[in-house]
Amino acid sequence: MASSFSFLSRPPFSNASISFSSSLSSGSLQQLFLPSSSYSPFPSNNSARRILTVRSKIREIFMPALSSTMTEGKIVSWVKSEGDRLSKGESVVVVESDKADMDVETFYDGILAAIVVPEGESAPVGSPIGLLAETEEEIAEARAKAASKSPPSTPKAVTPSPPPPISSPAPAIAQPPPSPAKPVSDGPMKIVATPFAKKLAKQHKVDIDSVVGTGPFGRITPADVEAAAGITPSKSMGTNAGSKIAETVPLKPASPVTAPPPIPGSTVVPFTTMQAAVSKNMVDSLSVPTFRVGYPVTTDALDALYEKVKPKGVTMTALLAKAAAMALVQHPVANATCKEGKSFTYNSSINIAVAVAIDGGLITPVLQDADKLDLYLLSEKWKELLKKARAKQLQPNEYNSGTFTLSNLGMFGVDRFDAILPPGQGAIMAVGASKPTVVADADGFFSVKSKMLVNVTADHRIVYGADLAAFLQTFAKTVENPESLTL
Amino acid sequence: MQSSLSISVSPHTSLTVQRSNRNALEPLAFAPPSKPLNLRFCGLTREALGLSSLRRNSDSFRFRLSSSARVRRADKFFVSASLSDNGSPPKTFDYDLLIVGAGVGGHGAALHAVEKGLKTAIIEGDVVGGTCVNRGCVPSKALLAVSGRMRELQNDHHLKALGLQVSAAGYDRQGVADHANNLASKIRNNLTNSMKALGVDILTGFGTILGPQKVKVGSDKVVTAKDIIIATGSIPFVPKGIEVDGKTVITSDHALKLESVPDWIAIVGSGYIGLEFSDVYTALGSEVTFIEALDQLMPGFDPEIGKLAQRVLINPRKIDYHTGVFATKITPAKDGKPVTIELIDAKTKEPKDTLEVDAALIATGRAPFTHGLGLENINVATQRGFVPVDERMRVIDSNGNLVPHLYCIGDANGKMMLAHAASAQGISVVEQVTGRDHVLNHLSIPAACFTHPEISMVGLTEPQAREKAEKEGFEISIAKTSFKANTKALAENEGEGLAKLIYRPDNGEILGVHIFGLHAADLIHEASNAIALGTRIQDIKLAVHAHPTLSEVLDELFKSAKVKAHVSAPVSEPIAV
Repeated sequence: MASSFSFLSRPPFSNASISFSSSLSSGSLQQLFLPSSSYSPFPSNNSARRILTVRSKIREIFMPALSSTMTEGKIVSWVKSEGDRLSKGESVVVVESDKADMDVETFYDGILAAIVVPEGESAPVGSPIGLLAETEEEIAEARAKAASKSPPSTPKAVTPSPPPPISSPAPAIAQPPPSPAKPVSDGPMKIVATPFAKKLAKQHKVDIDSVVGTGPFGRITPADVEAAAGITPSKSMGTNAGSKIAETVPLKPASPVTAPPPIPGSTVVPFTTMQAAVSKNMVDSLSVPTFRVGYPVTTDALDALYEKVKPKGVTMTALLAKAAAMALVQHPVANATCKEGKSFTYNSSINIAVAVAIDGGLITPVLQDADKLDLYLLSEKWKELLKKARAKQLQPNEYNSGTFTLSNLGMFGVDRFDAILPPGQGAIMAVGASKPTVVADADGFFSVKSKMLVNVTADHRIVYGADLAAFLQTFAKTVENPESLTL
Repeated sequence: MQSSLSISVSPHTSLTVQRSNRNALEPLAFAPPSKPLNLRFCGLTREALGLSSLRRNSDSFRFRLSSSARVRRADKFFVSASLSDNGSPPKTFDYDLLIVGAGVGGHGAALHAVEKGLKTAIIEGDVVGGTCVNRGCVPSKALLAVSGRMRELQNDHHLKALGLQVSAAGYDRQGVADHANNLASKIRNNLTNSMKALGVDILTGFGTILGPQKVKVGSDKVVTAKDIIIATGSIPFVPKGIEVDGKTVITSDHALKLESVPDWIAIVGSGYIGLEFSDVYTALGSEVTFIEALDQLMPGFDPEIGKLAQRVLINPRKIDYHTGVFATKITPAKDGKPVTIELIDAKTKEPKDTLEVDAALIATGRAPFTHGLGLENINVATQRGFVPVDERMRVIDSNGNLVPHLYCIGDANGKMMLAHAASAQGISVVEQVTGRDHVLNHLSIPAACFTHPEISMVGLTEPQAREKAEKEGFEISIAKTSFKANTKALAENEGEGLAKLIYRPDNGEILGVHIFGLHAADLIHEASNAIALGTRIQDIKLAVHAHPTLSEVLDELFKSAKVKAHVSAPVSEPIAV
């Protein structure tokens, strides 16, 4: 996924040129690399010390255009790592074009302060892919800059402090005995990690020192790193296991043991991009402590209202979204976000995302400012979003800006269900079908009312039980007295 | 030391007769030389002289002998007076050509010698085939064939791109090991049979040089030959401090038997041997740590090719590496402890790190196998074990003089430690002893590393070419083509690769070609043949290649070169080293 690099407001290219490690005889290679753009986004202490040059020298490394037709380039590999000192003429990065892989050199001495676009990812020609600092003092500054630049959708990009949250929950889950491996190695505790384990740690940004090794002699194996990074073991490990079987039972053909063998005749269908995104989001959701609160809501009044406004193009989805939005106005905590487990982030607008099943996938178009728009505008907006979703034309901000999600399976006759809280939101509401139910009132009279069960899943770091109950109560009241929805 | 021919008998006597009347000599071939026998021998040959016509190459022998005899006139009386002495050359010979060592070099020389009409024997103290067939190129190719297939079957991404679905691939270690072993014995039999069929005598036992033109085979048999080729090859080099136990600390000899596939193996040395084994081990599921004394991995390769190869063969695989370090001490696994490797900085000699791995493969190169060869008997001092030779593979003694009738080819002389180079040197020697002067151009000998994808090269690397150009005052240019632009490579979905040409733009001479990519080892020969034959780029670029084939990578390479001279010289001569 070539993620959006729309953030780049790049300085004009100057001193544009590109060079390769040796003269290439073929092709017409033109163009730019490492323009000298000097600016100081952050006034720093050291720049004050200097009398003559106040500007700090942080240069951006741009994706070069390797051919006249090239619009986007893929980073094959970074020859240098962050913190490496570069001297003029050295290869820094290898870029893949439509024809060949090219080594790209630097024209300046300096330190590779930050890699903005990691290996294996693509960037449009001219967008910054790394930052070059002139002195060591500027590295931190450059990194801060890189952090602000890195695309939010790219989890691999430099983020302020991902390792602790990633690596710490894993031991808690796995709970390996504290020191089973220790007695084998004598002397001071030395961390031994296999080559692939080290590679994985780097790739997933896991601090190798924090991983507990379970391999022979207490060494850290690739599986240990994968466990620490919270990912399922890669399947290539099966090969080695296969060899182990062959070792002991020579006549039996080897087969991997880590994964259950696929049932013969099964077909493997790889994820589409959307499905991969769903999968990733769902796995990410496991790091959030959630709880659920259910509430029965009487819908006779709402149903009556719906019959009335239906001819005007109002849908049930819009009614529910509007009701939820109005309840959220009174309970902003249910519309909040927990950022890195440290704070409440109260969102300034109430954007109701509504889960929609589309062919082979799931997407959540967002009704922005659902509390402010009136029912009719909201309905119109919803129709528009649905049309776009079907045509797969939704813009990112139209499906990823939600602050609260609504999921309704009532039309299938589902009476209650449980939703998974999408990462980055405080709560999600799961709406079941409304059906006639016998109820007894305080005086002991029986009557039949339409009732539906709503079940809200929330992030317990910020939303507590009473908060959610209060929100649901407000929501139920709004639905049971729906006149306010049309105001 | 010279033959005794010119002392009293006419120069052409014994030699020419021996050559032309082989039947008469046959029964005597294995008899220990003694005075009466030799005298009778002379009598016989004299009688036989009338029966045979002189061959052209015998003529040249005679000429060569008599001319060199003149130089050494002073020795002659002494020589003839002590025929039974080991230090003196025999008068007549059991063989025209005796080869010590039946590896690929000796085999190549023997076959060519038979073709040239020489009566040839080959001595082997171990098994026919030498390192290449038994403990080198051949079994390793079997393992690499397996690793290549494993890689393909494991590469889901690649398979998917081709529309293939394969469920998890596995292997049976013993089956893989058997394949390598079977291949070696098959090739060994082929080699043995080919020599037997041509009438090459295979003498079993270790050969020791007793004196000029005289070799002891085994413990007592002595064989004489007019010309002798030393082709004793090499053994794995193990630096001191490293304890090889054959189980957890091993050399290529052990590794090729594939008795185990360790989870984690350190490979000391990142040359051809180390690289190929890293390919095998990682395909079979091991993780690999390279230990390289120089600052860069793959030091022998053209830097650009090395860099690309590292990007493809090292970085994405389960391999890490330590460069600029020596392994000073390697202790095999025992008493429940893993293999430990102590590393010191190659420059400062400071201790740097200690590694704990499951196994260590020592691939630090190969050492000549010349000990016990009896070189002291002919006053030859080895240099780090290598037999010193001139450009015609003639052995040089410790005074800097050529030892007559003694040649050394292959790994034992260390000029170019490759099986096919040894064979080429052997053929070159046979050409010389049969009267045609020949100097092998080592720059035309290709080399290949059979990783996936393969690496191959011929001639100079870019830095070598630049150095030469500066010294000799000419210009060089570089041309490159990518496998990404080749239809066949793309059809195979193997577009990763580069071919690089280093040439002289003024006259179109090819200085070096380096290829990294699919089937590179097979592709290099168009370039190596061009260098050997002195073909210039402006001529070869007009040659036609079938479409679509990988060979078009080279076609495009030659076509992209910009040569100023458009008309090639009428006589293009090979360039000697």
